Amino acid sequence: MHDTLKQQDHPLHRLSPEDIEELGKRFQAIHDEVRADLGESDAVYIRSLIEFHRRLAALSRIVLMASRYPPAWVLGTTGLGVAKILENMEIGHNILHGQWDWMNDPNIHSSTWDWDTASTSVSWKHSHNYLHHTFTNVVGLDKDVGYEIMRVDPKQPWEPRFLAQPVINVLLMLLFEWGVALHDLDIEAIKKGEKDKKVLLEELKGIGAKARRQIVKDYIVFPALSGRKGFKRTLQANITANLIRNVWSNAIIFCGHFPDQAYTFTQEEAADESQGAWYVRQLLGAANIEGSDTFHVMSGNLSYQVEHHLYPDMPSSRYKQIAPKVKEVCEEFGLPYNTGPFGKQWLMVQRTILRLAFPGGSTRPKAPPYKAPPVQKKERPSVPTPAGPVPAFP
Amino acid sequence: MLRKRLLQAAQALTTPLLPDDYIGLLDPRWSTREATGTIVRLKPETDGAKTVVIKPSHEWSGHKPGQYLRIGAEIDGVRHWRAYSITSDPNHPEGLVSITIKKVEEGRMSPWFLEQAKPGTLVFLGAVEGTFLLPDPLPEKILSISAGSGITPVMAMQRELDRLDHVTDVVHIHSARTPDLFIFGDMFRELQGRRPGYTLIERITSEQGRIEPKELDELVPDWRERHTFLSGPRDMISAFEEHYEEHGGPETVLHVERFQPVVGDGSADVGSGGTVTFRVQDKEATCEVGVSILVGGEEAGALLPYGCRMGICHTCVGKLRSGKVRDLRTGEVFSDEGQTIRTCVNAPEGPIEIEL
Repeated sequence: MHDTLKQQDHPLHRLSPEDIEELGKRFQAIHDEVRADLGESDAVYIRSLIEFHRRLAALSRIVLMASRYPPAWVLGTTGLGVAKILENMEIGHNILHGQWDWMNDPNIHSSTWDWDTASTSVSWKHSHNYLHHTFTNVVGLDKDVGYEIMRVDPKQPWEPRFLAQPVINVLLMLLFEWGVALHDLDIEAIKKGEKDKKVLLEELKGIGAKARRQIVKDYIVFPALSGRKGFKRTLQANITANLIRNVWSNAIIFCGHFPDQAYTFTQEEAADESQGAWYVRQLLGAANIEGSDTFHVMSGNLSYQVEHHLYPDMPSSRYKQIAPKVKEVCEEFGLPYNTGPFGKQWLMVQRTILRLAFPGGSTRPKAPPYKAPPVQKKERPSVPTPAGPVPAFP
Repeated sequence: MLRKRLLQAAQALTTPLLPDDYIGLLDPRWSTREATGTIVRLKPETDGAKTVVIKPSHEWSGHKPGQYLRIGAEIDGVRHWRAYSITSDPNHPEGLVSITIKKVEEGRMSPWFLEQAKPGTLVFLGAVEGTFLLPDPLPEKILSISAGSGITPVMAMQRELDRLDHVTDVVHIHSARTPDLFIFGDMFRELQGRRPGYTLIERITSEQGRIEPKELDELVPDWRERHTFLSGPRDMISAFEEHYEEHGGPETVLHVERFQPVVGDGSADVGSGGTVTFRVQDKEATCEVGVSILVGGEEAGALLPYGCRMGICHTCVGKLRSGKVRDLRTGEVFSDEGQTIRTCVNAPEGPIEIEL
């Protein structure tokens, strides 16, 4: 059963209170160092990215006006899909986290930003920034553990409805933005009748307004601009672009907390925790995805999920820079640094979803404490000459 | 009307962004999301003071002499705001507007304007505000008391009087450390030669010391019958205000420039606590030492946005309008009008006003 993970093996229980306090200080120091260093080049990064997104979106829409020609369709659909992914993840998600609030620019600020998804920024900020990021992976408190419709951790009690989760999983991939918007409403509270009717109505109106605007834009106005002959093809293109965005963001986000290495916690474990213990829980509860720089930007740097959970309000463009420092702390305190290649992480998640549709299931093996790979001396091929060996490419 | 319709139609294409966000890609100055301007000239006045001449991106909505402009600039990636008196004449023929800035050594904005800003630099234009104005009808007898950079609104009003040909009886006492440091000194000296109704009393504080209110009886015996315009450092203002309160007559009118927020000094290690005025909620709260704005506000019955209560989620942010706050996590004290702060981890340091 799920308690196969022995208490003494659990890093949170193995660390002494002094260790945890020290860890907290070390992690906080990494945060403060970056915070003090933020400046012009960071501002240039987010502004350039926003500008790039707008240019790409505008260009893709223009190309799609000729969508009845297949090359234009492919080019425009790809461009629009990429633009929507950038807008949702590296731009929207991170601005709404307050990562760029330090610039004090009212147009790039968590209190004013709105994004091109079905979620209103206000409800999402509550369910994501507050509930998920504060109570990360605490089963029963963090509603992102299975999003209240799936069983992704053996600690969640099995119910017959979970038998449908292999199908729900695929539907959620395709309709991810709508799933997230409905999730923000707090389905469980509605079912229990705990949700204030007036608040619920207000939030439904908000989603309705956003849905209407997105549907009018993507499925009526822009197709109409392609003329009578192009309407259907542009409509298909826009649906495809939204699907690409949904499937991609679903994959990245599911790989953040549901791979085998990520720990979940009981409410007792998270009760009255110190700042240091909070950091440890964030570290253990998240998992990174390895990839290229482009991959990281396309995933909104949520591929640095560990760093993101330690420092949700740090500009995402800094995660790569601090990752070695986080690893250093992990190694020193014998903690794991959860990470893996994209395909492997994603397959693990799918495996868990299929397995836990049925009763039972046990906690999967966790990653060992992090150890820095031994520094390998790069050997240069050398060419022997009468004067001795010289590097081939000096 | 047609323009509005068109914009609405265009918004269907750009939602959740505005058409302006795309127009701004072509030239940020075309966006109407926020008012911007371009610095066209920086004119040195005295050592350590410059007049910054700005071309607003959109038509200047006008101002009255004596008012100030809230101006924003990006320094190291961060937008900062300050208020400076407008020193240009209303209805400038080329639609330009200017402010005059004296360098504050430990400041952030004034050194930037004096040393970093160049012609072509983009600035953000906030509201024109201020009630330090010439009354209507114009008074016959005026006393202006200014010191240092406090000269700027007085200069704007004096030029207006000159333009209106209403320099009937003005006495102007200005304090500067040396004659060379008198900003617009030449302009006022020239005015004195040209307008018999204008008397300038220059106070050189490095030689004669600071002006005391009790000297008024000797310098301007009829000061009680005049409209007095007072603009200068805070301690000078309080001294004169007190004097006017105690010794003024029934006809005495005192106008005071008070755009500078009153702030506590923030020198104590653990902080001083303070009062919070919630401008939107219309509530007052008192925070003891170490109590966050959020907790203090809730105890006073304000409905404030909140989230994690540990400085992570940015649900609770509000815009600081005046005063100093202390970051409870770092102990750092800062005062930036217009800056958004997290109420859950910041405490007031003396009286503050917040846009919540």
